[in-house]
Parts: sequence; structure tokens; C-alpha cells
Amino acid sequence: MAKSAEQTTSQSHDLRQILRASMDALLVPLLAVLTAMILGGLVIAFAGGNPIYAYLGLFQGAFGSTKALSETAVWATPYIFAGLAVALAFKGGLFNIGAEGQLAFGAVVSALIGYALPDLLGISLPAIIHIPLAVGGGMLAGALWAAIPGALKAYTGGHEVINTIMMNYIALNMTSFLLNAPMKDPNPLNVVARTPSIAESARIPPLFEGFRVHWGFALALLVAFLVWWLLWKTTLGFEIRTVGANPDAAKYAGINVKRTIVLTMALSGLLAGLAGTIEVTALNYRHELGFSVGYGFDAIAIALLGKTHPLGVVIAAILFGAMRNGATRMQFLTQIPVDIISVIQALILLLVAAEAIIRYLYRLRAREERVVLTRGWGG
Amino acid sequence: MDWRRFGVIALVIAILFGVVVLIGKNQTPPMVIITSMLATTIAVATPLTLGALSGIYCERAGVVNIGIEGMMLAAAFFGWLASIYMNSIFGFAPMPSLIVGVIAAVLSGALFALLHAALSITFKVDQIIGGTVINILAIGITGFLNRQLFFEEGSIFGGNVPHAPGILPSIRVPLLADVPTFGRMFDQQPITIAAIALVFITHYVLFYTRWGLRTRAVGEHPRAADTVGINVARMRYANVIIGGCMAGLGGAYFTLQSVPSFEPLMTNGRGFISLAAMIFGNWTPIGAWAASLVFGTAQAMQINLQFFRELILPEWAFLKNSYIVGLAPYILTMLILTGIIGKTTPPAADGVPYEK
Repeated sequence: MAKSAEQTTSQSHDLRQILRASMDALLVPLLAVLTAMILGGLVIAFAGGNPIYAYLGLFQGAFGSTKALSETAVWATPYIFAGLAVALAFKGGLFNIGAEGQLAFGAVVSALIGYALPDLLGISLPAIIHIPLAVGGGMLAGALWAAIPGALKAYTGGHEVINTIMMNYIALNMTSFLLNAPMKDPNPLNVVARTPSIAESARIPPLFEGFRVHWGFALALLVAFLVWWLLWKTTLGFEIRTVGANPDAAKYAGINVKRTIVLTMALSGLLAGLAGTIEVTALNYRHELGFSVGYGFDAIAIALLGKTHPLGVVIAAILFGAMRNGATRMQFLTQIPVDIISVIQALILLLVAAEAIIRYLYRLRAREERVVLTRGWGG
Repeated sequence: MDWRRFGVIALVIAILFGVVVLIGKNQTPPMVIITSMLATTIAVATPLTLGALSGIYCERAGVVNIGIEGMMLAAAFFGWLASIYMNSIFGFAPMPSLIVGVIAAVLSGALFALLHAALSITFKVDQIIGGTVINILAIGITGFLNRQLFFEEGSIFGGNVPHAPGILPSIRVPLLADVPTFGRMFDQQPITIAAIALVFITHYVLFYTRWGLRTRAVGEHPRAADTVGINVARMRYANVIIGGCMAGLGGAYFTLQSVPSFEPLMTNGRGFISLAAMIFGNWTPIGAWAASLVFGTAQAMQINLQFFRELILPEWAFLKNSYIVGLAPYILTMLILTGIIGKTTPPAADGVPYEK
């Protein structure tokens, strides 16, 4: 009797601890978003706008109607993929700033498969083959683009942060070249750097008739679950997390650290490639230069805001998608340029990265453990 | 002194020069091409040199600064903005407006550096994340203000960009600039001259002054430095802010010396490339300058090849494509980071927050 009572107390104690831990995990990101919105409001007021109207417009634009909800989901889709890409790399102790280049490269390849097969080679495929082919090609392209800096990191020690950024510029130059010359839409009326439209058979259909939200959003949620499963339920996931937490310990435990680093980057690039490929196959039906508004960079903020956890990433991505989507309505109502969203998102990133500021501002107790996300040049 | 490294640098520069000379020699005498290339190289290496110096101050003191790109971008914007305000709103002449612009650029570099210092030294945020925060914040703020101030109706400039007061005029080095052909190299704009002077000043400060000794002590072994009474945090703050001033001057290059206008994202990765130059120069000012010149040469090749487009043989047609030639600095950066051109050693405490 006494024993069971003891057990109950310890159980409820455990439960309370879990509750407190999750409260703590949620509190800082929430306060960071709130503080960033307040600071953003000050910037809006300083720029001569009314912050309350602006945020009202933002909210209305993001959630005010069925169409608004659909558009928020459309915006959130690439954010979920790219956010997962950055988060997965963080789990493996790698900082992938190259999601932007990986998704651009993925988009190019997927557009090429989408239009060139029927248009140039005369091969017409049923959708059930053509869609997976276009999506898979884009994913592999992204994976390859990220595996290069991954291999450089593993085998030469070249820091992945600078290398992924360099790969961004190389991807940007290459796509500019491809979309301006060999892959340019030959339509005589076209003056923009973009590919021809992809075939009907390569297009992912919308979820509901009359709305732009597409099956890619559902896929994003599924992929988030798969990333969680990979990281916490498989050997590979365990290896990735171990290498991320302590590469020396991983080495002594018999994990092939170099192979894991390359694989982590490849998987991260695969997810980023998905972000690009879904925009091509499910939304724009072509690749156009400058379609990305910096998904790859916002993804860093999303991954950190989501505490590098897939569920957190999904929530953060929807928040960022809502902001981007609502911003248009906000600009229409208050003439505050949509670019203010970039400022607010940068402030969110600043405040989640520097948790100490939030803890100081709101007098929160500090957590004991420190999470090491990246390392210096030493490799 | 690491002569092998300088040998590699000289070789790469010679090859890139050789390509342009070989292509253009039937139209322009080689000597003219070489001096033109040299003059362009020295000029376009300016932001890279200053960026690398910025990195050297920060990292010699033990703070990794990946936010140089953002500091440069912010400085480019605010320097330009200040010069326009001075010129169009307060009605000053172009020259004083440009000088105020340069000062504003340096100060905004310092301000962003202060933020980086606070994040990495006081709040002990992961320094690479902190630098990324700086980069993203700079993109956001400059993009927003650029739109808000210039392109919105009812904004201060009423929806159109006012005339910028121009760019900084070049200064002819007396006597040297009068030498035939080679004189062109000594006809440079002020920020370029300042950058070269700062290379040697930094070399002196870092290796021959008490300040430099303390800076290096704090970056190599902060505990030992602390034990002998050096204030680690204060030294790190000061050096990061000096580094920010360097990056700020580098930013001024873009909008006050190179072109009289601002474009979002106009720094185009130069801040990151300058970090590669810093690493290749083994965290020494003169080495980093030499490495910046390699990148400068790659860019000068791209610019000078434009003059000889028609002379390029069909087999070498890819050299006509500026997108492909433009890849050179990025690929070079990645090659340098592999360490195959010579291993480098960062300061021992680089990127490690100091806990008492």
C-alpha cells in the first residue's frame, strides 16, 4: 500500500516534470515571437504606420477566410521542408546554410524532368510515373548539392557553413545561366528567365477544387513525421544524433563518423530539394528565377524556433507562412511594405538564438544544459 | 613567413593574368592589359581585404565572425543613406556628404559588431548562429528601409530615389601615378588606399604592440591572459568592434566608391569570401591581403574579358559566359577551405566563449 502510494507520487512527479519541461520548451519561443512582434510594431510605428492595424491586417490576411487559410498552407509548405532540412542537419551537428541553393538546384532538375521528357524527347508518361520521377529527381539533385559540402567537411575539414554558402552562389549562377539560355521558355512573348511549363502529367493536383493548397502540404506533414521517425526510431537517426552530440564519443562507439556526416548533409539536401521541387510540381508548374523569397534563410530561423524538433518545425513553418501570406493584406491596408516581415523574422531568430536575452527580459530561470549546435573552423 | 603560400598565390594570379593577355594580345599590347588588370584587381580586392581584416581582428581575439557579410551590407546601405540625406535634404556639397557617408558606414559596421559582441561574449550564443543572425537581420533591415524610404508613396523621398552625391574621386599618388603605363595602378580611390594602409597598420598593431600581444593572448589562451590580469571580455569587445569598423569601411566601398546606388543583397557573398581569404592568409594581415588579391584577380579577369569578347576562340567559348567565369571566386574559396593548398591553423580559442 505504502509502496504503491510512493509509486503514484513519483509518477505524478514525473508527469509534472515532463509538463514543466515542455512548458519551458514552449515558453521561450512564444516569448521570442511576442517580443519580436512588439519590436516590429515599434519599427512600424517609427516608419509612420499603425502597428495595431498592421497586425490586424496581417492576421486577417493569414487566417481571415478559407482562401487565406489555403494560402497560408501554400506558403508554409516550402518552409516545412526547408525547416526540416536545416533542423536535421543541426541534429547531426552541421549547419546547413545552403538550403537556398539546394532547393534551387532541386527545382531546376525537377522542372527539366517535368517539361523536357514530353517536349524534347517525346516521351509521354502517366502521372503516376511522371510525378514521382520529377519529385524524385529534384530530391536527388538537392541531396547531391548538399553532399558535396558534406563530403568536403568529412574528408578535408572544410567548414560546411562557408561551403554551403558558396554552393548557394554557384547554384544561383548556374540557374541564372540555365534559365536565361538553354532552359529558357521559348515562347516568343516570354522575357523572363523561366523554364517552359511542365507537362500536365507531372503536376501534383490541388487538395480541394478552387483552392491553391495542394497535396504537397499533406506530403510536408507526412515528411515531418518521417523525419521524427528517422531521428528517434532508427539506427541511422541514433547515429546522426550521436555524431551531432559528440563526434569523438560516436567514433569510439564504432560509428562511421565521416559517412554519417555525408549522409546527414545528403538527407538535409534531399529535404531542401523537396522544398524546391514541390514549388515547381504543385504550385508554379515551372521554375522561374527568383521564385524563392529566401526560404533557405528563413528555414534557419524556423529550425531554431522549432527547437530543431520536427513538430516544432511544422508549427514554426506555419507561423512564418502565415506572416508571409498575411503581409500582402497588411501592405494593402496600411502601406507598410511586406519587407517588414523579414525584420520581424530576423528579430525572432535573434531572440531564439540568444535565449539568454529572453530569460533576462522575463526573469526566467536558466536551463542547465547547453546545446552545442555548431563548431568553429577546427572541424 | 610562409613562402610556399605566397608562391601559390603568385602562380594563380599569373595564370589568370596569362589567360587575359593571351586572349587580348592581338588587340591590346600585353603591358597595357597587365596594368589594366592590376589596377582593377587592386580596386575590386578592397572589400575583400577589409572584410579579411575585420575577420582577423575578431578571430585573433577568439570570436568567430561570420556576420561580416551582413555588417558590410548594412554599412553599404546606411553609408549611402547618410550621404543622400546630407546631399539632398540638408543640402551639403557632394564631397562632405560622401565623407559623412563613409563615417556613417563605419559606425553602422561598428554597431552591428557591438550586437555580435554582445551575443557571443556576454550572452555566449553559438558564434556561428550569432553571425547568421547578423546576416539575416542586415538583409531584413536594409530591404525594408530601402523599400519604405524610397519606393513607397508618401515616404520621405516621395517614391523616387534621389540623386546620390556620386562616388569618391580617385587620388593620384604623386610621382608614381605619372609613370607611363604602370601609373594607372597608383591612381586609386580613397577606400582602396585606406585598405592597403590598414593592412600594414594591422600587421604592426597585431605583432609589434602591447595591444596586439594582448589580443593574441586572449584568442590563444584566454585563461592565461586572464591570470596575468588582462580583461578578456573587454579585449574581445574592443577587437570585435574594431573589426566591425573594418567591415563598415568595406561596405562603404560598394555604395560610395564603386557605384552611387544601393541594391538589396549587393554584397553578393564578398563577406564570406573574405573569410576564406583570412583563412588562406593564415590569420595574418599581409597573407590575407595577398589572398584577397587572388579573388580580386578572378573578378578582374571577368571584367577585362568583357573587352575582348570577340577575340575569344570558339573552343574557349565558356569564357564569354559571365555566369561561368563568375563561378571562379566561389570555387576557389571551396578549394582553399579543403586545405589542399596548405594547412592553416586558427587561433586556439577561436569561437570558444570564455567562462571564468
